[in-house]
Amino acid sequence: MDQLVSLLHGFGVVLSAYHLWLMLLGIMLGILVGVLPGLGGPNGVAILLPLTFTMPPTSAIIMLSCIYWGALFGGAITSILFNIPGEPSSVATTFDGYPLAQQGRAGEALTAAFSGSFIGALLGVLLITFMAPLVARFALKFGPPEFFAVYLLTFCSFIGMGREAPLKSIVAMMLGFGMAAMGMDTMSGQIRMTYGLPQLMQGIDFLIAVIGLFGIGEILLTMEEGLAFKGKAANISPKVVFQTWARLPRYWLTLIRSSVIGCWMGITPGGATAASFMGYGIAKKFSRNGDKFGTGQVEGVLAPEVAAHASGTSALLPMLALGIPGSATAAVLLGGLMIWGLEPGPLLFIEHKEFVWGLIASMYLGNVAGLIIVLSTVPLFAAILRVPFSIIAPMIIILCAIGAYTVHNSMFDVGLMLLFGVVGYFFKKLDYPLAPLVLSLVLGDKAEDAFRQSMLASKGDVTIFASNWLVGSITLLAMVLLFWPLLVGAWKKLRTLRQVPAT
Amino acid sequence: MGISRRTAELAVAIGIFIIGMAIIGDSIHLGIGWSNSSPEPGYFPVRVGGILALASIGIAIQALLDRSSASLQEFVSWERFRLVLAVFVPTVAYVVIMMLFGIYVSSALFIAAFMAASRKFNWFVILAVSVGSMLVVFWLFEIEFLVPLPKGPLETWLGY
Repeated sequence: MDQLVSLLHGFGVVLSAYHLWLMLLGIMLGILVGVLPGLGGPNGVAILLPLTFTMPPTSAIIMLSCIYWGALFGGAITSILFNIPGEPSSVATTFDGYPLAQQGRAGEALTAAFSGSFIGALLGVLLITFMAPLVARFALKFGPPEFFAVYLLTFCSFIGMGREAPLKSIVAMMLGFGMAAMGMDTMSGQIRMTYGLPQLMQGIDFLIAVIGLFGIGEILLTMEEGLAFKGKAANISPKVVFQTWARLPRYWLTLIRSSVIGCWMGITPGGATAASFMGYGIAKKFSRNGDKFGTGQVEGVLAPEVAAHASGTSALLPMLALGIPGSATAAVLLGGLMIWGLEPGPLLFIEHKEFVWGLIASMYLGNVAGLIIVLSTVPLFAAILRVPFSIIAPMIIILCAIGAYTVHNSMFDVGLMLLFGVVGYFFKKLDYPLAPLVLSLVLGDKAEDAFRQSMLASKGDVTIFASNWLVGSITLLAMVLLFWPLLVGAWKKLRTLRQVPAT
Repeated sequence: MGISRRTAELAVAIGIFIIGMAIIGDSIHLGIGWSNSSPEPGYFPVRVGGILALASIGIAIQALLDRSSASLQEFVSWERFRLVLAVFVPTVAYVVIMMLFGIYVSSALFIAAFMAASRKFNWFVILAVSVGSMLVVFWLFEIEFLVPLPKGPLETWLGY
């Protein structure tokens, strides 16, 4: 019951006029960011992060996490009305959402999507409330080898569970580590890999990489694919909302399945995108109307949205408890914590109780507020998309440039952002995943420190990562996840081999 | 006939290989072994560079072996790529102008250029949107959030 007391205290922190205003602002900005192409959760948060440098950390994280919720809500709007996913995680929402809108049932689809998001997020937050403190208490026992093993687990699960080619995930990850190593070495004080450029002395800021890769890269790709915003009307009314809500309990099994998938994919960094596809796929397989999926089923909107939001929310659990983000946006938030001078990880729950519980309480309120705001403002945001692209595109690029500049007040960073934009364009076209790159860029220094400290303790012997049951089982789990596709393949082969002689 | 997807895969793999080798080179320069019983600065990066180089070789081999139609397809058609350049080249120009004249003037020009190129707006709307949006940005950043953005001769002349 400790958690409930702490949570009530957290609500006390959040329920001030200033914080409620920040939540409102964050959610509105988040929906906007989620709706506009080229701006998504990770780089929306990255662009706005510099504005929060002067705020107290608790206020800053409340606003930024609300941008995150808003972006998750907003992604569904464009998917359903325009058949254009505003966020990668809402691609699966287009499958049944857009057909519904074509049949003039956009209101139902939107209500189902938002309510599904809300339910998924709520279960994610409940999980965080009760699990995160336990995980953090457990993680207090961790030393450098255990932490490196957990990092290994994170990265291995990206490679094994991700939807992209494993080698490409590895490349993305190693590029992140390489960039993180640039500049001053924290242990020896030597300058590494600047290749004669003094601007690289401080290394490459992850915010610049995020804004370039996700922002500029996305705009270039959007231009290539050609954009035609021919949206359906958002005919949403209180009557439609309540009618849809009344039918939701019917889909309880889908809701539970998708929530479980989402929570699992969020904690192990499979990501919201993978979770939404899995949620949709599983619902299609097990639902009674599974064969009608894709023609405009409310259930087909519900399943991916619940999973995506449950995953997006529970991605914050490992970030808070272990200092390891479960998604690209969580990685940006984690980078923010470090900038505000908070050391993410198990000690956060002891040393910054107010911050942690304020954030968790704001997740409950933020999602309730988000649901109400998004339901009432859909027409407004749909109207924004009807602004000609020749005005929206330059404004998004300008926002990215301002965001990149304000990180260190440096023009060099703006140039760097352009370079990352080109890299992002090619990587996206060739299906290199970007999330692992951001994750390893944020965690690079910490992972390297953990690795070197472990090596220092063991005098260069890598068996330290299997030296006791704790670190050993984490390492083993990491290896299982890394070779997961191979294991599944071998298991299937074994079964068919066994079946052949039987028949 | 444009570039096939496979050629693009190979080109990116070669680029990644070069980056991997550059990291290894710099790490060897820094020292990849042990000094005074602690790992040297290049100890971790050399492993990163090594994995990077190996993975890029793997990707290149996969691309060469892949004879599926998807891999032989065109990476991007010239008509489509022109659209990408139509945004990218002005963006580069925008950043260069930003270095000389500050963010406000360059941004206003940038929006105006895009609107003019679309030929859907008359000059009055263009002027109103480009200057108006910059006034909003100025108010938001310089006055509300107290975040100074790069300024140029025009702002100095206006006494800011």
